[in-house]
Amino acid sequence: MTHHPDQSLPRSRQSISGPILGPGSRRVVGLAALAAVVALLPLLLPNAFYFDVAIRIAILAVNGIALNLLMGYTGQISLGHAGFFGLGAYGSAVLTTHFGWAPLPALLAAAGLTAVIAWGVARVILRLRGHYLAMATLGLGIIISIVLGNEAAWTGGPDGMPVDGFSLFGLTLSGERQWYWVFGGLLIATVILAQNLIDSPAGRALQALHGSETAASVAGIDVGRRKIAVFVLSATVSAMLGSLSAHYSGYINPGIAGFLQSVELVIIVVLGGMASIYGSIFGAVVMGLLPQILAGYEGWDSVLFGVILVVTMIFLPRGVVPSLATRLRSAGVTGKGGAAC
Amino acid sequence: MLTVANLSKRFGGVHAVQDVSFTIPRGCVYSVIGPNGAGKTTLFNLISGLYTPTSGSIGFEGQEIGGAAPDQLARRGMSRTFQNLQICRNLSAIDNVMVGAHLTLNSSMVAGMLRWPGLSRADRACRERAAALMERVGCGAFIRADAAAMPYGALKRLEIARALASEPKILFLDEPAAGLNHTETHGIQTLVADLARSGLTVVVVEHDMKLVMSVSDRILVLNYGRRLAEGTPSEIRENPEVIAAYLGADAEED
Amino acid sequence: MLPELLQFILSGMTLGAMYMLSALGFSMIYNASGVINFAQGEFIMVGGMAASFLSAAGVPLPLACVAGVMIAGLVGGLVERMAVAPARDAEVASIIIITIGVSMILRGLTEILLGKRPHALPHFSGEAPLALLGATILPQSLWVLAAGALIVLGLSLFFGRTRIGKGVLATSYDRLAAQLVGVDVRRVLTLSFALSAVIGAVGGVVIAPISTVAYDTGMMLGLKGFVAATLGGLGSGPGAVFGGLFLGLIEALTAGYVSSAYKDAVPFVLVFIVLVLRPQGLLGAKPTDRI
Repeated sequence: MTHHPDQSLPRSRQSISGPILGPGSRRVVGLAALAAVVALLPLLLPNAFYFDVAIRIAILAVNGIALNLLMGYTGQISLGHAGFFGLGAYGSAVLTTHFGWAPLPALLAAAGLTAVIAWGVARVILRLRGHYLAMATLGLGIIISIVLGNEAAWTGGPDGMPVDGFSLFGLTLSGERQWYWVFGGLLIATVILAQNLIDSPAGRALQALHGSETAASVAGIDVGRRKIAVFVLSATVSAMLGSLSAHYSGYINPGIAGFLQSVELVIIVVLGGMASIYGSIFGAVVMGLLPQILAGYEGWDSVLFGVILVVTMIFLPRGVVPSLATRLRSAGVTGKGGAAC
Repeated sequence: MLTVANLSKRFGGVHAVQDVSFTIPRGCVYSVIGPNGAGKTTLFNLISGLYTPTSGSIGFEGQEIGGAAPDQLARRGMSRTFQNLQICRNLSAIDNVMVGAHLTLNSSMVAGMLRWPGLSRADRACRERAAALMERVGCGAFIRADAAAMPYGALKRLEIARALASEPKILFLDEPAAGLNHTETHGIQTLVADLARSGLTVVVVEHDMKLVMSVSDRILVLNYGRRLAEGTPSEIRENPEVIAAYLGADAEED
Repeated sequence: MLPELLQFILSGMTLGAMYMLSALGFSMIYNASGVINFAQGEFIMVGGMAASFLSAAGVPLPLACVAGVMIAGLVGGLVERMAVAPARDAEVASIIIITIGVSMILRGLTEILLGKRPHALPHFSGEAPLALLGATILPQSLWVLAAGALIVLGLSLFFGRTRIGKGVLATSYDRLAAQLVGVDVRRVLTLSFALSAVIGAVGGVVIAPISTVAYDTGMMLGLKGFVAATLGGLGSGPGAVFGGLFLGLIEALTAGYVSSAYKDAVPFVLVFIVLVLRPQGLLGAKPTDRI
């Protein structure tokens, strides 16, 4: 149980007359900081390689936030989420390459198709709980990656396939610098939309059914429908992201939909912190940078990575950002007499 | 307002509730009592849609609701608390109460993501109402607390606040005083009486006889899943069967 | 026609025995601690790799096999003490991440110590296939089947007859109650990890002559063990046995008659269908909530 310094102290009664603060003001600060980092980072990045790393981190972060809505906030685990990313990527690739579609309609069609698949799947698997849901989603992701690897006529099989660049109204995105602004903007937009959702009645309903499905349903929340909705939302965001990143990288293979990619996303969510948007961004930074730092130490990279996961989960079981935030807040309260609320 | 007729629920070979009938008039405090395992909570779970009846019917405001889902019943104006708390420990105390107000707000996900005009204002107003409700049920000291950090007694009241947030027509309280000390129980008693005065229909499952006898307009006694007696508190107090089966055994500890 | 079918059945049973051992390990840990151990496959790999390495280094084969299994058992116990026990009260997702971290550590260490190259053990009793009603079977397959049968027998004796085995069962039903009647729950948890590592490693050792092992073969075996355990019903011993054999058979028959390209998809399609129809697995008990 978390220690809460405010409990039962008569002092907090004073606040009743004033407005009861929502999560609003802290939100603006976080968003401003994120926007500043995204805006200023290019000044520090020396060359295209570093832009590429930054872009990949942004992609991981958006994907992590999408999964966090499902896992962290709504409490429904998914070990196959990279499958939806892969569906979006391959949907766009196949439609643009084999059918000559323009990238934007292809992206929308791939996202729509993924949404339909996710909806159909969600209807049957979201009745499952805990490890059974983990198993079903894991299976779903693996099936998707195996299909992508086997249908060589469409997907190029295990070797993958090339994807054209992204063009809209005759303009084509080119180079890491242009794409950086696309993904940077996408990250900021995702954070805004996700936080809006979480702070809204709909977001509260999702968190409520995580806390107690019984309580949620008695309060009038259609638990089944809500779970399906957030699953579809999360899958669709991943699919759109997959489409964009396929156009960005110019080449995709079935590995992007594989189990290891799904695990990577789960690690981002849990390591950074379940039910924490900035936690997912933190997790994405770690997952984006660590392989770069550890590259070249074959075998040791895996060991060190494993050690980091184990040690973090033992000492910060709720994830890095929420655990540290709680500590900072309680330190602030004892230091300054409760200003941290 | 609520009419239960020949209601039964079987779990495997166990008859948890058997052929129970009663009627709850609008605006009254109706208590269900009986020894442990008499089927009181099962009865609540049947009426609030968590269980599907094996047979029998439940009518609410003239319409059959047996087997309807809990969220459907909430829409019709039913609300309840739980014997072994169902608190969302991942939320703050006030958010728990606001969950209760779910149906009064626009809860579309698209509207939420886009911050639909008016949504924030409605949510803020709801937050103020939730705070007032917490004050009313007597856990106003925890308005800024996390639910996970609250003591048991306050959580019981928090659940009542959440149940009231949906502005129900009928409120079911499942052992509101269980696990509370004497003073806290007295507080709940005052609260129930206060709710009844506001015109709300309240149904209570409770073991504390003093509370039941003082707040109830009518009492239903269950024993082994069957209806043993029904009537006003004084009728129940003098019913020889009830005394034999229930009050006699309970009187010693009280 | 018939010999061909028999051939597929025989190879399916061999495969199935392997999945069964992986699934039994999963179920044992799940029962005792409620943890889904994503490092289960690495226990299999560690057993097979250690035995292969020792045997290649000149240690007599039987000794190398026993040593490989014991090393894996030791690793299993250490994993519980050092990584899982300290996170006792963490959420399901956190513990899943811990076991994934452990599997990365084991995979990396094996790669560093024993290299990337696949290893193989010599066949226990020759490589000459035995004829059986028109089909053939490798003597090593008989070893796999025998090892599977022995483990199942051993486990049922362990849980049915021994004090410590009953302690494990008691812990799985109700940890607090087990503690109250004097079961050393901490020891039971460590033991369940060690034992499930031993079970997996036995599988890794007997299968190594047929399919070779490398530092990265654990993951797929572990995942299929998870599938088999879920098919049968998580935590159910007979479920794990049934799930493993069933999975092996279906996989061999699909590879033989339908398409070998989709062989690896079969387990996951199967478990998907089973979970949709029966959310608690084929032999699992229906969960009940108390409200």
